[in-house]
Amino acid sequence: MPKDHGIGASPKRREDVRFLTGAGNYTDDINVHGQAYVHFLRSDLAHGKINNVDTSAAEGMPGVVRIFTGADFEGVGGLPCGWQVTDKHGEVMKEPAHPVLAQGKVRHVGDPVAAVVADSLEQARTAAEAIVLDIEELPAVVDMGKALQSDSTKVHDDLSDNLCYDWQFGTDTETTDAAFKGAAHVTTLELVNNRLVANPMEPRVAVGDYSRANDEHTLYTTSQNPHVIRLLMGAFVLGIPEHKLRVVAPDVGGGFGTKIFHYAEEAFCTFAAKACNRPVKWTSTRSEAFMSDAHGRDHVTKIELALDKDNNFLAVRTDTMANMGAYLSTFSSSVPTWLHGTLMAGNYKTPAVQVNVKAVFTNTVPVDAYRGAGRPEATFQLERVIDMAARELGVDPIALRRQNFITQFPYATPVAVEYDTGDYEATMAKMEELMDLGGFAARRKASEANGKLRGLGINCFIEACGIAPSNLVGQLGARAGLYDAATVRVNATGSISVMVGAHSHGQGHETVFPQVVAEMLGIDEGMIDIVHGDTSKIPFGMGTYGSRSLAVCGSAMVRATEKIINKAKKIAGHLLEASDSDIELKDGQFTVAGTDKSVAWGDVTLAAYVPHNYPLEDIEPGLEETAFYDPANFTYPAGAYACEVEVDPDTGKVTIEKFVSADDFGNVVNPMIVEGQVHGGIAQGIGQALLENCAYDENGQLLSASYMDYAMPRADDIPHMASYVVDHSCQTPCTHNPLGVKGCGEAGAIGSPPTVVNAVIDALHSGGHTHVNHIDMPVSPSRVWAAINGQ
Amino acid sequence: MYSFDIQRPTSVADAVAALATDEALPLGGGQTLIPTLKQRLSAPSVLVSLSGISEIKGVCTGDDGALCIGGGTTHATVANEASAYPGLAALAGNIGDPAVRNRGTIGGSLANNDPSACYPAAALGSGATIVTNTRSIAADDYFQGMFETALNEGEIITEVRFPVPEKSAYMKFEQPASRFALVGVFVAKYADGVRVAVTGASEEGVFRWTEAEAALSSNFSADAVPAAPSGDGMISDLHGSSAYRAHLVAVMTKRAVAAAS
Repeated sequence: MPKDHGIGASPKRREDVRFLTGAGNYTDDINVHGQAYVHFLRSDLAHGKINNVDTSAAEGMPGVVRIFTGADFEGVGGLPCGWQVTDKHGEVMKEPAHPVLAQGKVRHVGDPVAAVVADSLEQARTAAEAIVLDIEELPAVVDMGKALQSDSTKVHDDLSDNLCYDWQFGTDTETTDAAFKGAAHVTTLELVNNRLVANPMEPRVAVGDYSRANDEHTLYTTSQNPHVIRLLMGAFVLGIPEHKLRVVAPDVGGGFGTKIFHYAEEAFCTFAAKACNRPVKWTSTRSEAFMSDAHGRDHVTKIELALDKDNNFLAVRTDTMANMGAYLSTFSSSVPTWLHGTLMAGNYKTPAVQVNVKAVFTNTVPVDAYRGAGRPEATFQLERVIDMAARELGVDPIALRRQNFITQFPYATPVAVEYDTGDYEATMAKMEELMDLGGFAARRKASEANGKLRGLGINCFIEACGIAPSNLVGQLGARAGLYDAATVRVNATGSISVMVGAHSHGQGHETVFPQVVAEMLGIDEGMIDIVHGDTSKIPFGMGTYGSRSLAVCGSAMVRATEKIINKAKKIAGHLLEASDSDIELKDGQFTVAGTDKSVAWGDVTLAAYVPHNYPLEDIEPGLEETAFYDPANFTYPAGAYACEVEVDPDTGKVTIEKFVSADDFGNVVNPMIVEGQVHGGIAQGIGQALLENCAYDENGQLLSASYMDYAMPRADDIPHMASYVVDHSCQTPCTHNPLGVKGCGEAGAIGSPPTVVNAVIDALHSGGHTHVNHIDMPVSPSRVWAAINGQ
Repeated sequence: MYSFDIQRPTSVADAVAALATDEALPLGGGQTLIPTLKQRLSAPSVLVSLSGISEIKGVCTGDDGALCIGGGTTHATVANEASAYPGLAALAGNIGDPAVRNRGTIGGSLANNDPSACYPAAALGSGATIVTNTRSIAADDYFQGMFETALNEGEIITEVRFPVPEKSAYMKFEQPASRFALVGVFVAKYADGVRVAVTGASEEGVFRWTEAEAALSSNFSADAVPAAPSGDGMISDLHGSSAYRAHLVAVMTKRAVAAAS
């Protein structure tokens, strides 16, 4: 019998009522009295020297409040990068200036050159058209290989070249080379992890407000982490002390990573609100989002896998170029390194793993974390090369994976992390059961009768979530801690507000977090509300990304609730004239163990705030506790995925006929929400595998700059729900957090792209197209057709 | 968008008069023009909305048996009411999404002549007649290249007359992002021969594949479709090379012939 409340139940998402009835409060819904609007004039060149920005004709145009250029920001800081990577020579990464508005040069299409603040948005746009830009076009560098050549154009003239860092990690070269030398078989694969645009439904918005009365700034912004923005913008860009800066991220319509980062528009609106003494609002258009939101992925990789004569993995070696774009976005430097290299062991006991990454500046939009962030890139290359090895060796891809699985936990990988727990055999077996592999041959035959090729794709993945142990990431270059915090405020009549550092922008925290507290206290979930997204209301937490909310912030909430229980037991002990060590809490009742003497939750909370009969000499009145939680390790969700595709050999079109995921997320609080997260993640991964392609031409012009050319996955691109099975019944609870949870937000997007591509290659081989060993994503109809026809 | 005046005439005559204003533009369903205005790529002084003119709306059968569709008729209406010409009704029912189909009009689509739009293939593939406020234009004379037509400034499509074939079908291979036709082929079999019109593929816009017409006129079967045409002059972009598009022309033609009813 499934539970109907508390941990393990699936209550419907309470926040959906307001979202679905138009009652949400998104940043664009916020309008501050007297606000002006800003329009950014953005570069339409990928690279150019700014000779002059003539605003004189625009200054006097109707409604114009003030026009800003790069010169107005010379006295403030640039946008900071939050993670310093040290390269294989012991050198710290190159960190070019990233001004709020371009200074001296423009470096990508979309780079903001000037900003017009006016009474209305249309007036601002019209005035911007009257600004005369004298920008001398320079050759653009888009291709990473070309960017690394010694004669390349430099994106930043003050740097020696376009190489941000040259990083090496894992097993030393001598050991790795020896393993390859002794190998019976080596499989080599070169591949691209395609650049993506996150495209949350809600574009970014920022509203800056300034109070002259008390010198206080408020920024309303579409952020996944308001405290991170307050820290970065206040301390590094504008020099505003925290107590004078409030950052509010209200309802946010999807983030997927791209709303983690601190953006120029946020700093601009905050700065301009004071400079103009008027609130200033910016709402991104979808077109602006394509050229100003941080992009994702964009790796070019060569991976080699060495096996012995018995098909045991001996070594993995990778050589990757990772595109940083024109500037370092907030966490860009950490993605191809610590979020990618540390996962290159995958689910396998490969003794030697060496990862090489060159991060490269190009004249493109900055690239940063996007759902999965580094882990999809790791999984894709590893699982593709394993699949290719199985094909070359003529062995079953499931058996090859199985024979190399890690089976003993904890397991320390050659790439620095220690998996606390897992059972990869269990998820593989669950996947096999749900996929009905025995029926595949018949299904393939049926497809062939229909002129289609059917393929089966298998994939395993591991990810590191619950980001992150602060002392560890500090050693690795992080410039912030990655704990989180929660305050449990019990009110006099027993209702509870839980102020959390995590931010919900689709995850369903407002439903899930109360389930945990309700379970611990034995009270109704309806008595508990979550407060998030406002630095003036919540404790200093680091926000939501990296599938961390429940594992890290949820753990803080558990700790704070434990403190509440301890204090409440003392109050109950006083009321019941018993020792607090004898008090038991069950179903909202405090009982003296072994007796029928009890007081209700509400009696205790009332006593805390109306302390007429209260042990004031021992404990303070009130019932409110805060806890900060810093995780001891990452969490390691893992799983086995499979899908079946049909390929139309005449057109190259791929359709996904069936998809199965068997995930191990540890304990699960709300199964419905977990399943929804995985459904969505897989859909996003299918988008990357089959559809999404952020493409530039050689001059740095963005070719896929709108939905006319950038293909998002739609409902009919994913399998019908009956053939779209997500399972999380294999559970090895995390050993180091109090809930035993691992995180589920990114798994689908990590596990699905290689599953799909493996299936397509399998389908093509079944049709005799055995020369096709790889197709880069997106595996579009034209690419499949070209591969089949050797074009 | 820039500011403009809007007029909502209720007759073709009033619309034509309103369009005589300098920098005036006709507004059909707005599926292309409104996004263009929002991006400030067009700055008309006056928009003359055609959506209030009842005389250019609706589907009927003419004395000669042709299916007559008013220029202001939405795709949804054609999908629902052109049952006398199933191939055409099916085409209309697969343009865009429901929102597009309930706003976009046949006259607007043909006047715009987007090289990837569906309707031009049906009009050319049916040998339709485009009727305006001043004249009748044969489809063979009407389409003059990408976004180019025989229409004069201020001329309004009032009706499109489609001779109804014995059999027809439209097969569209969708561009993955826009879901416009990457290649769309309309095949219509008439007593006096077969017409094959291709949209999406050519840099010159919709065209008739005459080789296929000749072959299919003597043998209306998928096997009779000739080898793919040359890729010269075909569009090459992010979504497919000219060779791929040329290949799809043959594939979609075969499928249209097989599906024709």
